[in-house]
Amino acid sequence: MSNVPDNLKYTKTHEWIRQESDGTLTIGVTDHAQGLLGDMVFVEVPDVDANFNSGDDCAVVESVKAASDVYCPVSGEITETNEALADTPEMVNNDPFGDGWLFKLRPTDPNEISTLLDANGYQEIIAEDSH
Amino acid sequence: MAKNTSLYEKHLAAGGKMVDFAGWEMPIHYGSQLEEHHQVRRDAGIFDVSHMTIIDLSGREVRGFLQKLLANDVNRLKKKGKALYSCMLNEKAGVIDDLIIYYMHDDWYRMIVNAATRNKDLTWIEKQAQNFEINIDERPDLAMLAVQGPNAREKAHKALGNKILAAQDLTPFFAVDCGEIFVGRTGYTGEDGYEIVLPSQQVPQLWDDLLTAGIEPIGLGARDTLRLEAGMNLYGQDMDESTNPLESGLAWTIAWQPEDRDFIGRGVLQKLRDSGPNNKLVGLVLQERGVLRNHQKVIVDGVGEGEITSGSFSPTLKCAIALARVPAQTEDQCHVEIRGEKRSAKVVKPSFVRFGQSCID
Repeated sequence: MSNVPDNLKYTKTHEWIRQESDGTLTIGVTDHAQGLLGDMVFVEVPDVDANFNSGDDCAVVESVKAASDVYCPVSGEITETNEALADTPEMVNNDPFGDGWLFKLRPTDPNEISTLLDANGYQEIIAEDSH
Repeated sequence: MAKNTSLYEKHLAAGGKMVDFAGWEMPIHYGSQLEEHHQVRRDAGIFDVSHMTIIDLSGREVRGFLQKLLANDVNRLKKKGKALYSCMLNEKAGVIDDLIIYYMHDDWYRMIVNAATRNKDLTWIEKQAQNFEINIDERPDLAMLAVQGPNAREKAHKALGNKILAAQDLTPFFAVDCGEIFVGRTGYTGEDGYEIVLPSQQVPQLWDDLLTAGIEPIGLGARDTLRLEAGMNLYGQDMDESTNPLESGLAWTIAWQPEDRDFIGRGVLQKLRDSGPNNKLVGLVLQERGVLRNHQKVIVDGVGEGEITSGSFSPTLKCAIALARVPAQTEDQCHVEIRGEKRSAKVVKPSFVRFGQSCID
């Protein structure tokens, strides 16, 4: 079974979102998603200062098997990216909710966060996927 | 209904993640494709390849038949046990399949063809055999394993002892029938090792014995990255009936001599050879960050365009590599379009890794 921490928000496209005390959001791909994709070999993160709307593809994670787009969970501006992934993409597999984070974003509208799934909602998505 | 090999339960017990492959439920990996890949390059791995189709050919006219059926010439096989890699072409020189054929006796050849092409291959072979005195016996009663890696042969002999004693003296690309177990020193990884054919009911025990000797199970995922690093073609991706051997990096498998050997497809292929083929299959090494994937567009400045036929990340070289069909005039540089961006790639001979060592400068 994959890990779905209670303190995070989620999307049905398998991104996780953590609200930081400075108002930014940290975003990565879930344990469930990394498990499906398999061994990561390449991660492409967005440029800092770039702006995205929610649902835009803004990053790519590639495993030996396939490339998968990462979608921006809420509209906003990129404030920081995880540069360590250039040399160690396997951190997305080994620590998807920790050192495997992809980027940080300052949301245009903080209220948009309420549209995201909570842990229970995401668990249901995973359960549907496996049928 | 998906078909299972005799090792299905063993795959589940080893943690295999099962996927559909040409109607067979096969393990794609047992946890980590990358670790399995390295295991074969550095030590020894075992693959279940029982889904592949084994066909025994016998009868008085079998050699003459195979000289017509195959683009490579079985007359090159002088010593018993010797193996030959060949394409089987249609009249238009399109590739129906690629295969390995072992010459066992004057009256017995064993052919191993792909799983995905089984039906059309058998139909084609039977059709061509109508005027020949030969027997065509598919062998669904047999299973097939591959043990590959620098330590694979040593570990296999330790595990199997007298059962494969006769294989001890095999030189590369030869096979020997050890009674119930058939052993060929062949493979699809670019490493040393064996391919082992035996009655299906005996394969679970053999699997256990080989695992006990420290040979690790390897899924089809790593099989694909290993063969790509070795620069070996995959039927259905790198060639098929819409292409021909000369444009698929397989000119070396065509036996043009003797000139009067009238193999199927020869006429068309000879014209193509004389006029010069439009395309060629090359290796690519990506010089920027990213991963090469099947069907990405290749751009050769001032020459034209091509396409990646097999692309992946090379776990051994730690960069992206590919096989690509490009215009014949392509020299040593090209670009590949990855998500709308042109990235530089070097054109190389399609052999990236052999016996654990990089073949790339």
